[in-house]
Amino acid sequence: MSIQLQEVRKAFGEKVVLRGVSLEVKEGETVVIIGGSGSGKSVLLKTIVGLLTPDSGRVLVDGQDVAALRRQELYELRRRVGYVFQFAALFDSMTVADNVAMGLRRVPGMSQADIEERVRESLRLVDLEGYGERYPAELSGGQRKRAGLARAIATRPKYVLYDEPTTGLDPVTTALIDRLILKLRDELGVTSVVITHDLASAYRVGDRIAMLHDGVIRFEGSPADLRQTEDPVVRAFVEGRPELLQEVV
Amino acid sequence: MFRSMHDRWTAPLSWVGRSAVATAAAFGQFGSFAGSVLRAVPDVTTWGRLLILQMARLGVESIPIALFIAAFTGIVLALQASYTFTGAIPLYFVGVLVEKTMILELGPVLTGLALAGRVGANIAAELGTMKVTEQIDALETLAYDPVAYLVVPRVLAGAIMFPFVVAFANAMGILGGWVTSLNLLDLSTPEFVRGLRLFFRPFDVQFSLIKATSFGLVVTALGCFFGFRTTGGAEGVGRATTRAVVAGSMMILVLDAFWAVALL
Repeated sequence: MSIQLQEVRKAFGEKVVLRGVSLEVKEGETVVIIGGSGSGKSVLLKTIVGLLTPDSGRVLVDGQDVAALRRQELYELRRRVGYVFQFAALFDSMTVADNVAMGLRRVPGMSQADIEERVRESLRLVDLEGYGERYPAELSGGQRKRAGLARAIATRPKYVLYDEPTTGLDPVTTALIDRLILKLRDELGVTSVVITHDLASAYRVGDRIAMLHDGVIRFEGSPADLRQTEDPVVRAFVEGRPELLQEVV
Repeated sequence: MFRSMHDRWTAPLSWVGRSAVATAAAFGQFGSFAGSVLRAVPDVTTWGRLLILQMARLGVESIPIALFIAAFTGIVLALQASYTFTGAIPLYFVGVLVEKTMILELGPVLTGLALAGRVGANIAAELGTMKVTEQIDALETLAYDPVAYLVVPRVLAGAIMFPFVVAFANAMGILGGWVTSLNLLDLSTPEFVRGLRLFFRPFDVQFSLIKATSFGLVVTALGCFFGFRTTGGAEGVGRATTRAVVAGSMMILVLDAFWAVALL
């Protein structure tokens, strides 16, 4: 099973963000979506978990049409999908441990001891052992991102969606987060969709890379394909050379 | 030339039209929001353990400000009653005026307005911040219904606790009036109590508590509504907070009139 986006369109008032995006993420692979600011990457990710509903087209997760699910069915699906937010979106009023435990409290049959053990395990995976009793305000940017990651993977989801997991982080912390993404793929076998601006990061973690431009997937291929592409729009983004866009005009 | 004159005449009308449509849309959205709150009420496992916490935060912690307002209101009521009667009406009627005014009107309304500021603003700012920092989306992704988790416990806590806060405020207002009567108006305790009992009806208390319950519902529901609709960062949170307080205060006055027409 997998994640499939079929001709997804989404507009906010007059502004059309997605003009018919089609993409498939196969089981066990990590697909990186790159694209300029405001190109609709986060909107795309939110349609996968039903935070936004496409105006037309379909988003299928494990064969289920997300927009057609009843509320309880949607919550069942969300237990299989972890979501790492751009700014972590940790609950300010809770400790890191309570944040990580939130999703686990919705899993039927988990005792308090099971939850505590899983929280410790998840924090260990992201190298945040001993930070459980701290509040989000007491963490650095990188630690917050890792705490958000620990929360997203605590329920051992089949899919993890990362919304710019390395934005605003220093190169060392960025590399650390990238390694974590790979570690989760290798150790937990998760299927991932990663949104990023950071091309070094995209090359490191992506099995496939797709570029969203002007509301459609402009490029899709392996990291090697991306390096060799002749498409001026993609090259302009990858090489940071806006003058190449003039070739398109 | 003709066009600019035309615009000058139609601009105010366009503004009125747009405002009317926006207001109607806001009522519709609030109706839809209220529907989602009602649908979330059966989800007790989500909101059950949060209710006590919210009752403490919204209710118990509001008691000091309510008592402060009520004490001074009671003092002023007693003094103004005595000033108004000027010997034409027996002084023990001070007790009547303090009791009736506090219980029927000023206890619930002044407490409600104070709590529209304290509780409504607190809820709108908290939920608004959660909205703009994607914490509400995070709740969704963790398989929580945000309405059941954030709204239901606050609205229920408001409906349950506002009557208690108002009951304390009523008692404090009467106490303030009594102490003032004893010390500044040469009125004895039996005379003051005689006034209190003269026109007292148990329905007065019911009326006061019904009003308080409705105020608790609207203040918390509007705080949640505007918090959930917040967009645009810190400025948006400020706007949502202001709207929650203004709308909450206005609805208290509307409900105050409604209950007077409906029940008195």
